[in-house]
Amino acid sequence: MTTTQAAAGASYAAVPSGAAAARATDLSKVYGQGETKVVALDSVSVDFRQAEFTAIMGPSGSGKSTLMHCMAGLDSISSGSARIGDTELTSLKDKKLTQLRRDRIGFIFQAFNLLPTLNGLENITLPMDIAGTKPDKEWLDRVIETVGLSGRLKHRPNELSGGQQQRVAVARALASRPEIIFGDEPTGNLDSRAGAEVLGFLRNSVRELGQTVVMVTHDPVAAAYADRVVFLADGRIVDDMADPTAESVLDRMKDFDARGRTS
Amino acid sequence: MFRTALRNVLAHKARLLMTVLAVMLGVAFVAGTLVFTSTIQDAFQKSSEKGFSHVDVAIQPDDPDKDDKKNLGPAPNLTQKTLDEAAALPGAKSATGVVSGFAGLSDKDGDLVGDGWGTLGANYYAGPDGKGSDHRYPMKEGRAPANAGEIAIDHKTADRTGYEVGDTVATSLSGPVHQEKVVGVFTTDDGNVAAGGSLVLFDNDTAQKLFAEPGQYTEIQLRAAAGTTQQQLETAAEKILPPESKAVTGQKLADDQSKEIESQMSGMQTAMLAFAGIALFVGIFIIANTFTMLVAQRTKELALLRAVGASRRQVTRSVLIEATAVGVIAAVAGLAAGIGIAVGLRSLVGSLGEMPDGPLIISPTTIVTALVVGVVVTVLAAWLPARRAAKIPPVAAMGSMHAPATTRSLIVRNSIGAVLAGGGAALVIAASASGDNALMGLGAGLLLIGVFVLTPLLSRPLIAASAPVLRLFNVSGKLARQNAVRNPRRTAATASALMIGLTLITGLTVIASGVQNAIDKMASDAIKADYTISMANFEPLSPDVEEKLRSMDQVTSSTAYRFASTRLDGENETLMGVNGDTVSGLTQLDFTAGSWDGLGGGKKIVVDDDTAEDNGWKVGSDVAVTYQDGAKGTLSVGGIYKGNALMSGAMVDNRTLTPHLSKIEDMQVMVKTKDGASESVKESLEKGLGNNPAVLVQDKEDLSESIAQVISLMLNILYGLLAMAVIVAVLGVVNTLAMSVFERGQEIGMLRAIGLDRRGIKRMVRLESLVISLFGGVLGIGLGVFLGWSVGELIASAGLDAYSLVLPWGRMALFLALAAAVGVLAALWPARRAAKMNMLAAIKTE
Repeated sequence: MTTTQAAAGASYAAVPSGAAAARATDLSKVYGQGETKVVALDSVSVDFRQAEFTAIMGPSGSGKSTLMHCMAGLDSISSGSARIGDTELTSLKDKKLTQLRRDRIGFIFQAFNLLPTLNGLENITLPMDIAGTKPDKEWLDRVIETVGLSGRLKHRPNELSGGQQQRVAVARALASRPEIIFGDEPTGNLDSRAGAEVLGFLRNSVRELGQTVVMVTHDPVAAAYADRVVFLADGRIVDDMADPTAESVLDRMKDFDARGRTS
Repeated sequence: MFRTALRNVLAHKARLLMTVLAVMLGVAFVAGTLVFTSTIQDAFQKSSEKGFSHVDVAIQPDDPDKDDKKNLGPAPNLTQKTLDEAAALPGAKSATGVVSGFAGLSDKDGDLVGDGWGTLGANYYAGPDGKGSDHRYPMKEGRAPANAGEIAIDHKTADRTGYEVGDTVATSLSGPVHQEKVVGVFTTDDGNVAAGGSLVLFDNDTAQKLFAEPGQYTEIQLRAAAGTTQQQLETAAEKILPPESKAVTGQKLADDQSKEIESQMSGMQTAMLAFAGIALFVGIFIIANTFTMLVAQRTKELALLRAVGASRRQVTRSVLIEATAVGVIAAVAGLAAGIGIAVGLRSLVGSLGEMPDGPLIISPTTIVTALVVGVVVTVLAAWLPARRAAKIPPVAAMGSMHAPATTRSLIVRNSIGAVLAGGGAALVIAASASGDNALMGLGAGLLLIGVFVLTPLLSRPLIAASAPVLRLFNVSGKLARQNAVRNPRRTAATASALMIGLTLITGLTVIASGVQNAIDKMASDAIKADYTISMANFEPLSPDVEEKLRSMDQVTSSTAYRFASTRLDGENETLMGVNGDTVSGLTQLDFTAGSWDGLGGGKKIVVDDDTAEDNGWKVGSDVAVTYQDGAKGTLSVGGIYKGNALMSGAMVDNRTLTPHLSKIEDMQVMVKTKDGASESVKESLEKGLGNNPAVLVQDKEDLSESIAQVISLMLNILYGLLAMAVIVAVLGVVNTLAMSVFERGQEIGMLRAIGLDRRGIKRMVRLESLVISLFGGVLGIGLGVFLGWSVGELIASAGLDAYSLVLPWGRMALFLALAAAVGVLAALWPARRAAKMNMLAAIKTE
């Protein structure tokens, strides 16, 4: 990951069908200075389309988490532009950025990140509580039903299994009807059956509820649930695959590995 | 293990900071007290030694045991004859006659110098021929006083008041004000002057007239000739001693005074150390909390040590070594801070001119005490957390969760607390029915300890009660409330630290307001007089004062109160003289039998119920009296009244008592005026008495107020001493919050990510702090009121009948506000830290 590499990946630009829910243009992220300088993202341009389930893949250190953090307004950008809808993130101060995350973005973390003091329902409505708005009852019921938590809403997180906890987290992300949901390895801490459930819900929310989801993963099986896979390596986008299957993704990954070993 | 433990201390520097500070403050209090008290003790002892350096032997009047002597009054003064004999003793180089007493000095504003305390007057003894000089008082400026109307003042007082040679100043004794001319300024080793008092010198004749009778001295001081020891001179002096007097060596006088100073200092030292103890006790909660949290945070690490073969004992020891290291650091810092405090206090007291100069005394005992206290307190407080650390199973190294606090031990704790509190409450109720004081004390103590133990249990309902208010703060308030009850033990320990200080502060305040109320009530119930006249420093008044008052048009009736030692039916009793004709109109007493009637006739005596019961007297009983001068008589009991804290004992008419007194002195005078109590009447009385600043003219309100001032001064001193405990409690809240914020980093990161802004995070931490502090505050104020009530019951049954519980609502509201302020203040830094937390680092999994 150095700046000396040629900018070959710029050709993987947005596919025109569907409006962009989020868009990165020449997005760069540099950590440190001088000798310790590390370029995590090197002029990345990509669109995440509405009502589409996008997976971001790449070997560790490829910059996939950094891309998600920058797009979600969790991390600052060194240069270029990141937009959610029509809003340019680089122009926002911390307060506005926080509001944007609160009102327009949903998050699913690898470590569930539920508040142990709140029960299931309270955790789900937490973003609305923060915003001081009332949840849409009908929508909330639908989300809870979709993730199959109806009977466990009064339970505290430590009384729920890992899969149930992550379903609560998914419901929390969906409940406020954000424009876009970002997931950071959402199945990383789950066994394969619970992981499949959660991914199923995410895919359903895209299909049935028209939700936009962007998920970082290193698991080809998880990526296969997505409509589209964006591959990152060394801070650049190196491939963009539509309608992926576990096999096609795995093949592509093997290809990187082989190249990585030979280069 | 030793190295691991020390590395841990270094690794958790920031987290141990508050603990170190808490121990440090306690130790600083202890060390500061010890250094300061030994420094002033040393200074006063050296100064008193210096004060006695010119005395080899002193001859003083001596009161032997009263049962054996004929004269019941004070021992007579020494005469010129004794002085002449003493001067002629073989081995005596010189003899000085001393006569001294209270002499008020007005400053340029007309106020008393030193409020009337420590202002003395004495004679300038110019030798038997009146032409010599007094070696004790070398003149710095001017000359010695030689005639009436001339005085000399000490140079410190001259500096303080700005008086110079040639000025005319007002002096006042027990009666009228005199205008005197300053003719000299002198220097002196006198201990009283070194301690901030003032000394006014008169010529010998004037001083004798003022403080004794012409030709009399209150003390004779001898200096030994070369080659004569103090003991030899003492033996020689004993041969010329008049009756009821004694000879003492200068060395013995200095030793006695030194012992006296030491015992006074040790009383003050004990009191201050008690408050240092409270601060340290509060510190224990913080230390225990810190180590509990550190052990919980390091569960994995400690389990790993166990997994690789460390024994339980080694784990315990490693925690205790950490505690020792913390204790040593804190104790050393505390010792240094304590010395600093002592230096500051000394220069403060020194700048007020109320302390002789002297070096700073840091004794080895002080150093050892401070260090031992710091280390022992820390290690003791860390004992339980260390034991708990050893119980972590090795398998916990594999898990990812913090070891949850076991609910079982909280059940044990709650049961113990419930038994203590329940038993205590039962005892208190039983005692208030039966009036058994010991039972009441025991019950109250048990109840306090019980509530203390139950704090974790109480935290849930009490903090839940704050929900309606917290709801105003939306999600921050809700989260704050839930965080506050998340770990009841931690919350309880943090709140307890604050609770202790507030319990004591509230308790003292409640007691003080009850006492104040009782005194007000007694004053208004017992006194019918419009004005009470007394000396500002409780010295006796001259009888001229009453005479003068009686002659005023404004005064309709008056009585002087004078005291004399007498024997009633063979028992030593103090007899109080009053004006038997007027006293019934000036005081209000409840007579259980008889009345004031006939007291003015001089044949009757009025006694309080306890004295009557002890002696088996009834109205009409004859009482045999031996007066101060040895004369005997018989009085008949005319009335028996209910004694109270203001008024008790036997009373006769002044006309009966006065002829037997060697010196007539009044403790106070009460008057009724034509126009009642008003500002203009008061002024006219003061004017009639020559506007003497040493004489106080007070109506009932003034009396209550002057007592209120004493009470509030005492209360303020106690507040000041307890402030340290509150400061330590603030550190405890800071500590708990900082640690909680650290532990909840991931949650805070998540909250930031899903849209809680920095203000919301700050507010959440602040509200948690506020909730914990107010919880401690409410409990502390509640317990304080209870403590005040139960101690008040004891006070009431101990004789202050008028005592009743008075709740100082204003103060209580103030204390609650103080608790809230503690919460807000303590949260400043932790809240900032939480808001600044790196969101990405926090939400990333390990």
